[in-house]
Amino acid sequence: MRPSVSQFHPGLRLLHWLMAALIVSMLFIGVGMVSTVSEARTWLVDLHKPLGILILCLVAIRLCIRLTRPVPALPADLPAWQAWAARASHLVLYVLMVAQPLVGWAMLSAGGYPVVLFGGLHLPALAPIDPLLFALLRRAHTLLGLLLFATILMHVGAALWHAWIRRDGVFRSMAPWRRARP
Amino acid sequence: MIRNLIRYLRPLALRLVAIGAILGAIAGAFAFTAGWLTPSRLGPGQIVDSLEAHDGLHPGFRRAHAKGLCIEGQFQANGTGTALSRTALFAPGAVPVIGRLSTGGGDPYGADGRLVFHAMALSLGLPNSEQWRMALDDTPIFVVSTPRAFLDFQLATAPDPKTGKPDPARVAAFLSQHPETRAFMDWMRDAPLPSSFANGSYFSINAFRFTNDAGQTRSVRWSLVPEAPFEALDKDKLASLPANYLFDDFMARLRAGPLRWHMVVTVAQPGDPVANATRQWPADRERIDVGTLVIDRASVEENGPCRNITFDPLILPAGIAPSDDPLLAARSAVYAVSLARRDGEPASPSALSAHPQRRSAP
Repeated sequence: MRPSVSQFHPGLRLLHWLMAALIVSMLFIGVGMVSTVSEARTWLVDLHKPLGILILCLVAIRLCIRLTRPVPALPADLPAWQAWAARASHLVLYVLMVAQPLVGWAMLSAGGYPVVLFGGLHLPALAPIDPLLFALLRRAHTLLGLLLFATILMHVGAALWHAWIRRDGVFRSMAPWRRARP
Repeated sequence: MIRNLIRYLRPLALRLVAIGAILGAIAGAFAFTAGWLTPSRLGPGQIVDSLEAHDGLHPGFRRAHAKGLCIEGQFQANGTGTALSRTALFAPGAVPVIGRLSTGGGDPYGADGRLVFHAMALSLGLPNSEQWRMALDDTPIFVVSTPRAFLDFQLATAPDPKTGKPDPARVAAFLSQHPETRAFMDWMRDAPLPSSFANGSYFSINAFRFTNDAGQTRSVRWSLVPEAPFEALDKDKLASLPANYLFDDFMARLRAGPLRWHMVVTVAQPGDPVANATRQWPADRERIDVGTLVIDRASVEENGPCRNITFDPLILPAGIAPSDDPLLAARSAVYAVSLARRDGEPASPSALSAHPQRRSAP
């Protein structure tokens, strides 16, 4: 039996808040850069690619910790549908955190764009140059981004619900600070 | 009891309002960033829409310069370019090139005599897996200097559904506000038109920044200057040219042997306009021949290697950077939208593929 814990592993908490800042930034950069023809687009695109790869690396580390360390249980009195929604939304968030950078990388490859990070580092193509694949992945990257934003919005709403309305310790289990002993 | 209930509910209601306000603020900021709240923000989709409205929607084809031919060959650097830029391309040696020759406009079946803009696009594959892409026109200047003016120009010159021709009043209204476009049209009227893709010069239009090993940065433009001697088309007889005259001529010349252009870099002096594609630099600026483009193969787009390449002028190797010209980011954005749209559409055969003699050369 797993030992019961009241807070997520410190590494998970650190990665959670770091990635929260990165992913929310990325979503804003993404919708901003495709909405304009101004010069801002150029540096936003140049920022979007390395940040995406950074998020992909961080989610890999996060998954290793998440799958090997005990996680706090949801409160026993949480209604079943809320417990289900919590598990489902966390699964969706993890899937999207992995899929969105990969789709973006493969999309650039299929469109024949070189994938260049800061300092001129070139990544290998993740997919062959293929028009239909590019069109498909380009649409998927937008849809997954919007889905990720919507899921994050629900996640923030649920976190605040736990913190301010239910006051059931769920928010504190991911809080960046150490949990005070009751 | 009611008082107790209110005492209990008031902070709860406040907290719920606070949660709603936080979520609303995040969603609002996102919508603003995405441009959903500001329809006046100019996005690439609007410009692509204007191109489609201007020349009709032709699924599977580029939204501008729709009629074209793939070319292949190599670029042979002579080494002199290393004084200007540290790009690996300028070290002496040869790199492979995939390119495209095209006429202007969005109609892939238009007659060559009517589409009087000629263009060359290149994708150079550098040894360190970098790429340099460029889309060059046969005019040293562009018709407008900003993305907004480009959109307005497309809208003003779109054919009127009633007459099938641009509304002269709208064109005149645009030109009265854009003397630079009038100057471009005067230039187009007076400048001789090359009789062939092979004997035309092609210009970078926008300025770029070259940085050399010593860290010196200079503003430059470049052109590809043909070895084939210049001859002009008779502008009075354009309407009677065979529909695929220019492309057939190019295939025929290529069968006789490779065609060559010299890449000539022009270096700006302080004060030269580097962020305005409608203004030329003085003719006495330093010009440096950095190498030779050798084109030895051509093929129609269906089986050619250029079909799926977008010639985004911001795909640049280290040592070459964009200038402050506002057209550059817009070209990159608009080409990306055009690529995503055409790649998702079934491709039709190009105007050049019907004739077996024209499918490839040599």
